[in-house]
Amino acid sequence: MKLQIASRLAIFAVLELTEHADRQMTVADIAAKYGVSTHHLAKVMHVLGRAGLVRSARGAGGGYQFCGNARRTTLLDVIEFFEPLGPGDGDGGEPGNGTSEAGALDVVLGEINDAVRATFGSITIETMRRLVERERRAPPAA
Amino acid sequence: MKRSSTRLRTQSRTARRPSQPAEARAANPHAAAQASAFIVRKAKRGDVAAVTALDERITGLAKSEHWLELYDRQKKAGQPAGIFLVAIGAEAPDQLLGFIVGEIRAWEFGSAPCGWVYALSVDPQSRQLGVGEALLEAMAGEFRDAGVAKMRTMVTRDNLLPMLFFRGEGMMAGPYVQLEKDLH
Repeated sequence: MKLQIASRLAIFAVLELTEHADRQMTVADIAAKYGVSTHHLAKVMHVLGRAGLVRSARGAGGGYQFCGNARRTTLLDVIEFFEPLGPGDGDGGEPGNGTSEAGALDVVLGEINDAVRATFGSITIETMRRLVERERRAPPAA
Repeated sequence: MKRSSTRLRTQSRTARRPSQPAEARAANPHAAAQASAFIVRKAKRGDVAAVTALDERITGLAKSEHWLELYDRQKKAGQPAGIFLVAIGAEAPDQLLGFIVGEIRAWEFGSAPCGWVYALSVDPQSRQLGVGEALLEAMAGEFRDAGVAKMRTMVTRDNLLPMLFFRGEGMMAGPYVQLEKDLH
């Protein structure tokens, strides 16, 4: 399972902003930690801003702050601003559609999709923060 | 293993954030107010009617025989095999705020002994007070004391509220996948 880069960056950005909720963080701060371009991250932040999950302040000391509800916002909520997670668009454009074989394959893919959505949809940003803390306490891998 | 309700009560007060220092808890009046609002203790047979009523309010199904049989079966088996805990109002002992039922099962599907939580309900009027969290932590303490190192439960995938709750309590997907087949 891989997420698109924009989805990963959005999750990282939200986690950073919720960890440092007492101050504004700049795109440069976050980009530096994750080794990504500020240009790419700025686009991601723009989408999160339009979604109402972050807000920005200009000027000295300006930057971004998380303004969603960390106990209610799930990973699925964040990811779906950047990529569809779910069955195909159902436009009938997939090769073999309409055959029994494609129907059987759709059953299997549906099972996988249900599990993916249930996982992302049940992990809130607050829960993710706890997972991050647990990772920090874990002994380094040998 | 016989344990007193006093110990469970203490456990419920301190279980909300085990890593939080006692002085920090004391300095948090909100947490203190939550902690003193209810106690967690072992269920008595007289609690079963309230358990049945709460379950019916939440599920829409009256299962009085089920809960009575479950209580009696657990009582007969004794702890730590079966564990039935309730949260009641600290100032109103007749007020049931929630309940949890668990059981230690060994070598099911080849699994080493582990604690299963198979029922957890909180009165909708008493949510956001830490009742579910305290019940789950008390159950985890019972399991730990019985020597098991793993706690499991099963949740319907699209039942978001319990999914969010158990995830928030640190529970992750386990190594088993539930499979089923239509027989008709």
